[in-house]
This record gives sequence, C-alpha cells and structure tokens, in this order.
Amino acid sequence: MHARERVVVQPEALDALIGALRRRGYTVVGPTLRDGAIVYEELESGDELPVGWTDRQEAGTYRLERRADEARFGYAVGPHSWKRFLFPPRIRLWQARRNGDGAIDIAEEPPDERPLAFVGVRACDLHAIAIQDRVLLGGRFVDRDYASRREGTFVVAVNCFEPGGTCFCVSMGTGPRAESGFDIALTEILDGEHRLLAETGSELGAEVLAELPTRPAVERDVDAAEEAVAGAAARMGRTMEAGDLRDLLADNLEHPRWDDVADRCLTCGNCVLVCPTCFCSTVEDHTDLTGDLAERWRTWDTCFSVDHSYIHGGSVRPDNRSRYRQWMTHKLGTWHDQFGTSGCVGCGRCITWCPVGIDITEEVAAIRGGGEREHAPA
Amino acid sequence: MAVGSVSMRRLDEVLQEVPFFAGMTEAQLGLIAGCGSNAIFDAGEVLVREGDAADTFYVVRHGTVAIDLHSPTRGSLTVETIGPGEIVGWSWLFPPHRWHFDVRALSPVRATAFDGACLRGKCEDDPVLGYDLMKRFAQVFIDRLQSTRLRLLDVYGDGA
Amino acid sequence: MATAPEYVPAPGAMAPAPYVVRERVQETADTWTLTLEPLDGESAAVAPGQFVMVYVFGVGEVPISVSGALDRPAPLMLTVRSVGAVTQRLCASELGAVLGVRGPFGVGWPIAAAGRADVVVLAGGIGLAPLRPVLLHVLERRAEYGELVLLYGSRTPGDLLFRAELELWRGAASVDVTVDAADLAWQGKVGVVPQLVAGADFDAASASAFVCGPEIMLRFGIQALLDRGLAAARIFVSLERNMRCGVGHCGHCQLGPTLICRDGPVYDYETAAPWLRVRAL
Repeated sequence: MHARERVVVQPEALDALIGALRRRGYTVVGPTLRDGAIVYEELESGDELPVGWTDRQEAGTYRLERRADEARFGYAVGPHSWKRFLFPPRIRLWQARRNGDGAIDIAEEPPDERPLAFVGVRACDLHAIAIQDRVLLGGRFVDRDYASRREGTFVVAVNCFEPGGTCFCVSMGTGPRAESGFDIALTEILDGEHRLLAETGSELGAEVLAELPTRPAVERDVDAAEEAVAGAAARMGRTMEAGDLRDLLADNLEHPRWDDVADRCLTCGNCVLVCPTCFCSTVEDHTDLTGDLAERWRTWDTCFSVDHSYIHGGSVRPDNRSRYRQWMTHKLGTWHDQFGTSGCVGCGRCITWCPVGIDITEEVAAIRGGGEREHAPA
Repeated sequence: MAVGSVSMRRLDEVLQEVPFFAGMTEAQLGLIAGCGSNAIFDAGEVLVREGDAADTFYVVRHGTVAIDLHSPTRGSLTVETIGPGEIVGWSWLFPPHRWHFDVRALSPVRATAFDGACLRGKCEDDPVLGYDLMKRFAQVFIDRLQSTRLRLLDVYGDGA
Repeated sequence: MATAPEYVPAPGAMAPAPYVVRERVQETADTWTLTLEPLDGESAAVAPGQFVMVYVFGVGEVPISVSGALDRPAPLMLTVRSVGAVTQRLCASELGAVLGVRGPFGVGWPIAAAGRADVVVLAGGIGLAPLRPVLLHVLERRAEYGELVLLYGSRTPGDLLFRAELELWRGAASVDVTVDAADLAWQGKVGVVPQLVAGADFDAASASAFVCGPEIMLRFGIQALLDRGLAAARIFVSLERNMRCGVGHCGHCQLGPTLICRDGPVYDYETAAPWLRVRAL
C-alpha cells in the first residue's frame, strides 16, 4: 500500500512533467484549447495547456472566457472525456480472409500497447473510468481492446477549484476531490503564490514526481489546497438527490414527465457522446470489392437511435419518450441492477451539451416532486 | 375520462334507444341504469390497458373504439373496431376480471359505462334479468367469433 | 432463480471461429436447420437455451438459439428462419460453406430443477427451436422426470417444425399440436396454443413450464398456465431483444434492469413479468 507524499511544484513544472512522461514512452493526453472548447488531446509540452482560461457552462451553453490569472486548470470539463482514448469511437476488431478452399482465416486486431498518460483527470472522470472498467473488464468477458489501453495508464488527477455551472459531483459522491485511482493528484493554488500541491498516489507517481523540481509541502500549502477544493464543493452548479434513484425510477416508468421531456428531446444523442460512462457500441461488417477480405469494426452507438432496439418486425422503443426514458433510467437507475453502481458521475456534460438544455437533475426533481401516475379511466 | 352530467333525459330513457337492450322492460332498464354513468373520451384516449382490472363494460353511443393488442416491435395492433350501439368488454363477467386487450378511442367517443360489480350483483339477485343479459352477451360473442373465424380463413387470399 | 449449467466460450469471444456446414435440412418454406462443425478443434458443449452469434462472411452476424444443445460436445445445430439479409444468406448456405461462430452465450433452461415433477413445454412457431433441447434432455433422462407435455402451435401446418420428431416424441411424451389456420390435408387441431393448456395432463402444483414464442403468444400462454395454477416462479421464458456483442458490453440487449445476453435469455416469469408489462421498455 503506497504511502502518500505531498510536495509543491511550480506551474512551469507541468511542462517538465509532460516531458518526463514522454521520455518514459507515454503518449500524454491532456486539456488544450481548440475550436472554442477545452478538449483532451495529445500534448507535447506544457505550453499547450489552456493557461488562464475558464468555462461558463449552463444548460445548452458552453463558452470560454479569459481569467485574470494564469491558472492551468481553472475550468471544469469539456465535451471530451477520457473514454475517447480508452474506448475509441472506431476500432477494427478483426479481419477475415476467405482463402482458396472456402475456409475463413480470422485475425484479431493486435492490442494497442502504447502506454497512455492522462494529465488533468477530474474526480468525476476518475469515477467514470472506474465505472467503465466495471462494465468492460468486470464481467465474465473482458474487452481486450479496452484492457490493453487501460493497462498501465498513468493518471495525473486534478482536484477542482473552479466547478462548472452544471456540475453536481458532490450530489453523486464523486468529487471534487480525487480519492483514489491516480498516480499523482494536483491541486492548483492561486491564493498567494501560484503553485500546485502534488500528492503521490503510487510508487510510479512518486518516481515521476521525483524527476521534477519540487519542495516539500507545508501546512499553509495543504490548508490552501483544502480550502480551494472545499470552495469548489460549495459552488456546485446543480444538486441531485441521488440516494434512491434506482427505486424511484423503477416505480415511475409511466410518469407524465416522460411525455414532457419527449416533446423537447431531439434524440440527437449529444448527451451520449459527451457522457464519460456511456458505453453502447455497435459493429459494422465491411468487405472489399473482391469479396475475399472482410473486416469488423466496433463503433460508438447510442440508445437514442431507432435502430438500437430493432428486432425483426420493428423497434421496441419507437418514440422519443421511450428512448429518453431508456437513457435516463439506465444511467441513474438500472445501471445499479446491471453493474452495481450508478452510471452518473455528476459531471454535467449532458446538461451543457444538450442543444435544447434538458437537465437531468431537473428531470429527476420533476419525477420526484409528486405528479400523478397516469391512470387509465376506470 | 370525463363524466358528463346526465343529460336532460334520464339514463334509463336513453338506454331504451340502445339496440343492445331492445325489448327489455322499463323496470329492467331502470335496474341496469342504476349501474351506469356517462363517459366521454377524446380521440386517441386510452380507455383500458391489457391487464387492468376489468369491472366495467361500455356501450358506445357515438364514435368508434379500437380493440388492440400490443406487440413490442409492431406497437398497437388493432384486432377489431367497435362502433355506436355496440358493446365493449366482457372480462367483467368472469373472474379474474382483467381486461385481455387494450381499448383506445379512435374518434371522440360518448359511451355509457356500466359498473360490473354493481351489475353482477343485480343479476345474482334477479336471475331473470341475469339470464336476459347473458343471452344478449352470448349473441355478441357468437357474432364476434363468427366474424373472427371468417377473417381467419383469409377469404381474400387465394380464392377461397 | 434456478441456474442452468453454462459453457463459457474461449477468451477473445469477439472474434468468430470458423465452422463448416455439414448438414442442411429444410424444415418449412422459410426455415432451415443447419448442422455445423468447427474447422479446427472440438465442438463446444452447449447448454439447452444458450445461443451463438453466427457470422456470414462479409454480410453480418445474428444471434441464433442452438436447437441441438445437449450439455456435451456435439455438432452445432441451428434452426434458422429467413427474415433478413443475414438469415437469408445463412439459410442459403451450401454444404461445406464456412460460417463464423462466437459463443455459446447466455443462461439456459434450468431443466434439472424440474426433476421428478412434470415438465410442460409451450412453444409457438420458431420458438420450438430453443425448446427442442429441453425435450431431448428430458427424453434422454426419462425416468428422472414426471409427465412430459409438449403444447405446440404454428400459423399453418406448413410452418410446423421437426414434424418427424413430433411423431417420434409421442411415445414418451404427450404431444399436442395446433395451427391457427388449417390446410386441406390437416386433420389435427385448429386453434391457438394457449387453448391447449386447460386440457393438458400435468400436475400444476409441481410442474415446471418452459415457454418460447412470439411475445403476444407468450403473454396469453403464460396466463393460461397461471390460470391452471402453475407458480410464476416455475414458468421459464426465453426473451429476445436486439443483440450485437453477446458478451454484455454493447448495451443493446437491455430490458430494464437486465442484459439478456448475460443474465438471460432464460428467465423465470416471476422475475420477468414486470419488465414485460411496461410498453416500449
């Protein structure tokens, strides 16, 4: 069991951190500014971090704004989550070749063994990664591709001091402090000297940190960090009463609120794309023109498509109402039955990125807050 | 469902004009009317879901209802439609008193709704009334069964 | 919930193994039974009620229940109805054609739990295919079970599956067959499967029922069993939803709180009833 140590690093040392990880052969992925959003991409240096930027998030709204300081992590989460690297949108599963005597040779895609290092993982996203681990690694069958990408991923977590307008990690018990699942956890302090408190979470994390210029953490560093995180916890953009959602939703599958949200939902699937735990996928079979070479690709899918529930005859969920209900009751309710946890980490992305501003916390409150169950006339 | 105020005429007078009850005595109609009330449905309104407790039957006075069965992949499949003067619902007659089908208004519908428990009670107390009603229902069953059998033959198919 | 033995496929359950078509029998106008053997290695053991994902080169993959599952290694028997692009090509596969197979997957029929008591099999249409292994299992161990009752129906006589076996099974089982609509040659019953339940000879207090067919038939058939006094916990049903991966990762086969490929496709009715009651779940 690793004994955690705390040191203090200067913001400039983040460049050294990225360099240290790259020298060890990691592909470093972290936040950077592109197309008006803070997204996760491969980083080559600390210069690529969104220095002095923050985000303004509300239902259906995401805007970047300049900060008055040079904070490296002064924003919440954007449209990307780490699933795009652990569970990529498109991968080839295998190739098949028809040989001369009619037989088929099938070659599985070799695993991607490039080690990944994630820099800037928020507590909510740490939980999201753990949730996807459970789905794709924790059952009888292990997703080979996910396992190979996940293995040995180096995680630099960041404790939020600037929550987003749609965040509700406190309600979901997933943040803003990173508790485990990281090699290094950083808390940026802007009070007084601009510095970062770095906590080691593993031997490897300690080794990497040792390559950077650090000084030991003292009480005022630790206190300032605690205060920053506590401040974030106190400024959540949303709350959601989440303790009984499995039963609440199971008991309200015919609640009139589903008709209400069905009128607003476009079934565009943005929420699925940005959600860090959504894992639905589908497969595509392709052949080349000769017909002798076939491939199967796995791609992201969404329960909002009509096709998702198609069986011979038609789709079981033919309308917006049933598809929105599926997404929300799965995320908050039946995920517990299927995988033993909630599927929601309170990151707020689905609220921010919904083009019509549907707010999952508001939908829960509406279902909870009375309203009659639909009765057929007697 | 909206329970309309009883129109200027009493329900038993209204029932005199319903073919299903043709030939019943005033006294019998009075007994039956005591279990009845007016019911109004909008087009598209679902009156009944399969599996619901069945303690009502309806006599449609205006409009049309569909008798449906739900399939997960095809949605609501209509097996029959019922129009003015016709009755909807026989599950109230026998235990376990559960509707076997969905019932949905295809148009605005005005109907008379009869409380099954009330009517069963009156039939138990007055076997003459009970036998009379049972004969009327039996005729409806026979007609519907006959029509269903003819439909099963698919006579439009390959020249039956 | 009673559990059935499960056979776990090899790791790498996402890549099909090549299987060769060894036999091909046309059952009805649109249904064929194919018997497959692996190109390399031994046949897998499949528990009654399990399914495999069958791949047609370059076309696609579909879940098919194994109609010959015997709890021991045996050639893979699949009864396939031609309803779409993949199944059409499957049904047209010649002897010697190579297909891809992943699996077996899923939790099968808990037949042994019914031991010593009567076994009722209620099948509608192609639903008899996943239930055939139940009949074979009981027939192979006849003394271990009570009455074996098969209640089976299809649309027309031409749609009845396994007609020769239906006659063979009459010796050791009570076989009651009905069709929705007769043809000129049909001398048997005309009616719906649920109607066969009331007059069937089994002890409702102790019997177990295994049911498979179109969902509307399931609802009315199960209601008829419940009306006979069979407990919902002893009625087992095989459910179906859209299936892509078969291994519990793709999210398609969800029905409320369950993943059909992982927790099913067989469930007891007491567990499944609430899910089947919700429209468009």
